[in-house]
Amino acid sequence: MQEQEEETPAFTEECDIAVTVNGRHYEQRVTVRLLLSDFLRHELHHTGTHVGCEHGVCGCCTVLLNGEAVRSCLMFAVQADGMVVTTIEGMAGTNSDLHPIQQAFQEKHGLQCGFCTPGIIMTVHAMLHENPNPSDEEIRHELSGNICRCTGYQNIVEAVKLAAERLREQNMEV
Amino acid sequence: MKPPRFYYCAPQILDEALALLEQHSEDTKVLAGGQSFVPLLNMRLAAPAYIVDINHISELLYIEQEDGYLAIGATVRQRQVERSALVQEKHPLLIEVIKHIGHMQIRNRGTVVGSVAHADPAAELPALLTCLKGEVLAQSTHGERVIKAEEFFTGYLSTALEPGEMLTEVRFPLIASQTGWAFMEFARRSGDFALVGAAAILTPTADDRCMSAHIAYLGIAGAPVRGHAVEDALAGTTVDEPALDAAAEAARTLVSDDMDDVHATVEYRRVLTVELTKRVLKAAWERRGH
Repeated sequence: MQEQEEETPAFTEECDIAVTVNGRHYEQRVTVRLLLSDFLRHELHHTGTHVGCEHGVCGCCTVLLNGEAVRSCLMFAVQADGMVVTTIEGMAGTNSDLHPIQQAFQEKHGLQCGFCTPGIIMTVHAMLHENPNPSDEEIRHELSGNICRCTGYQNIVEAVKLAAERLREQNMEV
Repeated sequence: MKPPRFYYCAPQILDEALALLEQHSEDTKVLAGGQSFVPLLNMRLAAPAYIVDINHISELLYIEQEDGYLAIGATVRQRQVERSALVQEKHPLLIEVIKHIGHMQIRNRGTVVGSVAHADPAAELPALLTCLKGEVLAQSTHGERVIKAEEFFTGYLSTALEPGEMLTEVRFPLIASQTGWAFMEFARRSGDFALVGAAAILTPTADDRCMSAHIAYLGIAGAPVRGHAVEDALAGTTVDEPALDAAAEAARTLVSDDMDDVHATVEYRRVLTVELTKRVLKAAWERRGH
């Protein structure tokens, strides 16, 4: 969507965007009303990003936008032009090794039905990047924007603590 | 859910944005953080034909200390304010208030100015701006005007902005060092829309009485409510328990009769408002300087 400098910007219904998703570069034409969540799921077929409420309450669609956790249902794909998006598909290593956060969720049974899990993993990723050693209270506070109706959060908190501990031991930047 | 069809433009210069806004002013909306506006689109409660996305306008990305106030431009995200060393130092109340907005993921996108422009009666920043007697800056192709908070919020999701005008800056007056401040709200879950909330600043006299009190509420009417009766009841007192009780009681009638919905009855909101008033005044007074 590069405008020539002398061109006055004009209203449009479609835009060309260039976006990096999980390290891969995509150039695509999108209708401007396409939500980022729908772009990821329907255009790129990255269906790991789940869509729950579609008005910013449930947290299932959380992705990283230039490293910050955001609701992908509350922005348009066109707004991600030039940005770097990380989804749950970008967490595991190239040979499908689980990311330490995913590994901890598996070991601590931090999920039951799993619908909310992708959003929670992305939130935890952003949380541990900013605060590598969160207290129980901080973990619960940061998770307040992700609704889980199965677990009661007990094992999610345990999983986050285990992931944080391992990442600190490995001196690993998330 | 899919938003309705619209035409979109994301200019990089403010003058271009204002010109675009002028073209179809009755049917154009400004998109900043989108954390309130996009849900309205997704649920098709809003269906503007044109959207001007201001996120690329770098001249609106500033947090500056001016004479007596902190100026925040229209593309500054709530999270940026939360992390700003300048705001930490100059306006800790603003940070305290912002921490109550939605969740971290919302604040990463949501803007300070956008929240003020949206004027949700349950939003935190309009109540703070009312408490501080702040101002906003509105711009259009015809010029600019400064609007006082008390004149800006006109009702439920309604402001004094005219078609073709864009809110480009919000001005939060600084608080004197001896003035105590506090913000509290009651929500059933962290991050939910609050049922009631209040911001208060109390300034002591040299002999430690309450020289002036400012308090403003969210969630108790269609727009932020300034608690004049509460302020009058507290002024001149030593802010002891009887004075706090009397001031809190004066808050009961501030709650509008129509604030009766599935989340809380008006009676319950009145009880909450009285209790919250007492707590927020007490906390503000404890934070005063000597």
